[in-house]
Amino acid sequence: MLNAAALNMKTTTAPQRELLSGDEAVARGAWEAGLKVAASYPGTPATEILEALALYSEVDAQWSVNEKVAFEVAYGAALGGARSLMACKHVGLNVAMDPLMTAAYTGINAGLVVVVADDPGLHSSQNEQDTRWVSRYAKLPLVEPADPAEAREYVQAAFEISEQFDTPVLLRLTTRVAHSKQDVAVGERAVRPNRPFQRDAAKYVMVPAHAAARHRAVEDRLVRLRAFAEKTPLNRVELRDRALGFVTAGVAYLYIRETFPEASVLKLGFSYPFCDQKIRDFARLVNELVVVEELDPFLEDHLRGLGLTFKARHPSFQLGELRPEHLPAIVRGEAKPAKPFPARRPVLCSGCAHRAVFSVLRDLQLTVTGDIGCYTLGAAPPLASVHTCLCMGAGFTVHEGLRRALPGDRRIVGVMGDSTFIHSGITGLINAVYNRMPGVLLILDNATTAMTGAQPHPATGRTLRDEPTRTLVLEDLCRACGAEHVDVVDAKDTAALKQLLQQRLEERALTVIIARSPCWQLVRTKAGAPEFKPELCQACYECLEIDCPAISKSEDGLIKIDIARCTGCNLCVERCAYEALIPRRA
Amino acid sequence: MSEQRVVNILFCGVGGQGVLKAAEIAGLVALRAGYAVRKSEVHGMSQRGGSVESHVRFGPAVHSPLIPEGAADFVVCFDAAEGAKYRHMLKKDGVHFGPFLPLVRQQGIEPRYENTFFLGLLSRYLPLPRDAWLHALEQAFPRAQAENRRCFLLGAEMDAGRLKAEG
Ligand SMILES: Cc1ncc(C[n+]2csc(CCOP(=O)(O)OP(=O)(O)O)c2C)c(N)n1
Repeated sequence: MLNAAALNMKTTTAPQRELLSGDEAVARGAWEAGLKVAASYPGTPATEILEALALYSEVDAQWSVNEKVAFEVAYGAALGGARSLMACKHVGLNVAMDPLMTAAYTGINAGLVVVVADDPGLHSSQNEQDTRWVSRYAKLPLVEPADPAEAREYVQAAFEISEQFDTPVLLRLTTRVAHSKQDVAVGERAVRPNRPFQRDAAKYVMVPAHAAARHRAVEDRLVRLRAFAEKTPLNRVELRDRALGFVTAGVAYLYIRETFPEASVLKLGFSYPFCDQKIRDFARLVNELVVVEELDPFLEDHLRGLGLTFKARHPSFQLGELRPEHLPAIVRGEAKPAKPFPARRPVLCSGCAHRAVFSVLRDLQLTVTGDIGCYTLGAAPPLASVHTCLCMGAGFTVHEGLRRALPGDRRIVGVMGDSTFIHSGITGLINAVYNRMPGVLLILDNATTAMTGAQPHPATGRTLRDEPTRTLVLEDLCRACGAEHVDVVDAKDTAALKQLLQQRLEERALTVIIARSPCWQLVRTKAGAPEFKPELCQACYECLEIDCPAISKSEDGLIKIDIARCTGCNLCVERCAYEALIPRRA
Repeated sequence: MSEQRVVNILFCGVGGQGVLKAAEIAGLVALRAGYAVRKSEVHGMSQRGGSVESHVRFGPAVHSPLIPEGAADFVVCFDAAEGAKYRHMLKKDGVHFGPFLPLVRQQGIEPRYENTFFLGLLSRYLPLPRDAWLHALEQAFPRAQAENRRCFLLGAEMDAGRLKAEG
C-alpha cells in the first residue's frame, strides 16, 4: 500500500547498492536509461513498477484506466521521441494486444519497453498463461531477466534494442523475479535529449497499403534480430563441467546454479528470436543437454524444431511454478512432486463492506456473475455467492449473456468493483442499455483498487502521485450510459440494500446499484467488538456464515470473537436471531 | 563479514502479521553487514488473511531467491499452524520458532510488536551486528521506536535457559 507522494521524491545522488525487488529494479534501470513516460494499470506482480517510478520526479508516470490505454499512451510518447515504458501483469497484456500487434508494424521512434509479469503458480491471478508466446505471435524481441540485478541491466539493454531495431521490446518477468529482492548495484541517470517527432504516414498510419509494406519491414527486422541474438551477451554460455549442460531462461537459471553448480549453462536473456547457432554449438559441447523452463514448452518446442536431442521436462512441470528442489527430478526425467501442503485461503478482511453485500446476495439466493477484485473472495463458502469470474469487466457482460440464455430467470445480478467498472465494465453497461437488456448491475464502490494494494483510480479524484484531479462521478456516468435507475446505497446497510434489490429485481428496467463504503484498509476505524452472551447462544452458527476472520467456533462448541481482529462492524450481530450477540455501545 | 556459507531464513505466518516487514528488516541488516542478499515473497491475494511466506538468504554469494526444501537454517513462524507446514523446509539441525510462540504472551508482547520480538530472538543466532539491527528497526518503524527497541532487546537478551526450556 505504497503511497508515492507520502514518501519523499528520490534525489538523483544514489547510494551504491540497494536491496531492490525485480519491479523496483526495472523502475531503477528504466530511470537510469532516461525513461520519460510510463503508464500502467495495477496488476500483481507488476504493480510496484509504477509505484517505484512515481518516486522519480523526472518520469511522467500514470495509472491509466486500463492496459490498452496505458500501452497507447506509452506508444504515443515513444513516437513523440521520449523513451517510454508500459507495465502490466500477464492478463493485462491481453487487454493491450490490439495496439501491441500493430505497433510491431509501425515501430517506434524513441525506445518503448513493454514489461509484462507472468504468475506461474497463480499466486494472485485468474490464469497461468505463458506470455513468452506473445513475442512469437507479435514478432517482437523478448528479454528475460533472472533476478533484480539483471532486471535493471536488461531494461537498459531493452531500450537500446528498441531504438536500434525500431521496435517495441517485451521484457518478461515472473513472480519470483518481480517479487524477489537482491542487493543491486545502481547507477546514475543518463541525460538523453528527445528524438525529433516526424510525421511519416507510411510508417505510422496503418491503412492496408502501408501495413502491407510494414509487414515486410517486420519480417526483415526479425532476420536482423536473429543475427543480433547470436552476438548479444544477453545470451550467455557458461562452460563448466561438460557432462551436463542446461539451456534455460529467467529464474530457472538461478535454480540450476543452486542445485547443479558444476554444470554448464546456456542462459538465454534475449530469448526471442532464438540464437539457433549458439544453441547448436552449445549442444555439441555437452554430453547431456537438458532444457529447463517454467510453464509452456516454449524453448523445448523450438529446440525440437532444430532437430536437437535433449532431455525435456516431464509434462507435469508445465503446470505451476518451478522450485529449486525440482531440478534433480527434472534431470532424472521424473514427474513434478506434489505440493507439500495447501496454502491457507485468503478471506475478506474483517470490517470489509463487500462482506455485507455478499451476505445479502446470499440471503436472496441470487445467481451472481462476478468479476475480479477482493470481492471475488465472495465465491468461497460459506458466502459462496459469486458464481462466475472470468476476466475484468465480464461481470456485466456475462450477466447479459446468461440472461439471454435464461430469459425467464430474473434472479441473476452482475457484480463488479469500482476500479474494474472503469477498467472495462462501462462498455458492458452501455451494451446492455443499447441491446435493451433489463437487469440489476451492482458496483461495489470501495473508493480504491483494493486487491492490488489500494491504488487510486479516476473515481477517487487522485492520481498515481496522489495529486488531485477531476473526480469521475460513477452515478452520473451510469445515468449517462442510459441506466434507468441508478441508486447509491451504503454498502453496510444490509436492510436497505436487501429491500432495494428486491424492488429492483421485480422491475423490468436496467438498474445500477452503487453499493458504497470505503475499503477498511483505507479507513481502519474500529468500534468495540460485540458482547457475546453464551447462555443465549443456540449454536446455530448463522453468525459464521458471513466468513469473517474475527469470529469462529470455539472449543466449547459455541462461538468466539477475536477481539484483536474484530472491527465492530456488527454484521454478525445482525445474523443472530437469539440476541446472543449484543452490539457494544460507543 | 564472517559467515562463509549461505544462511537461510524462512519467515511465515498469516497476512497482516508483519511477516514481510520482518523479512525486509533481516534482509537490510544482512545487506548493511556486507553480504550478498536474496529475498523472496509473494504479494497480492494472499495478503488478505491467507498464508504469507518470505525467504531471506545471505552469504558471500547466493543464487536462488527461494530456499530449497530441507535447507532452511531457521523457520521463523508467527503462527503455529503455518509454522508446522514448513517443517520439511527446515535443515536437520535448523531452529524452528514454533516452540517460541508462547513467549509472546508470557512476555506480554502486543501483537504488532511480535515481529520485532522475533527478530530479537533471531538476532542471537546470526553474525549480524546489534547496531545494524537497531538502526534498521528505527528506519522501518519511525513511530513507536522506543517500544520496538524494547521488544527487540527483550528477544535478543532473553535468558538462554528460557529459550532452551521452550525449544
Ligand atoms: C486485465 C487485468 N488487469 C489487472 C488485473 C489485476 N487486478 C485484479 S482485480 C483488480 C482491480 C480490483 O479493483 P476493484 O474492482 O475496485 O475491486 P476491489 O479489489 O477494490 O474490491 C486488478 C487491478 C487483472 N486481473 N486483469
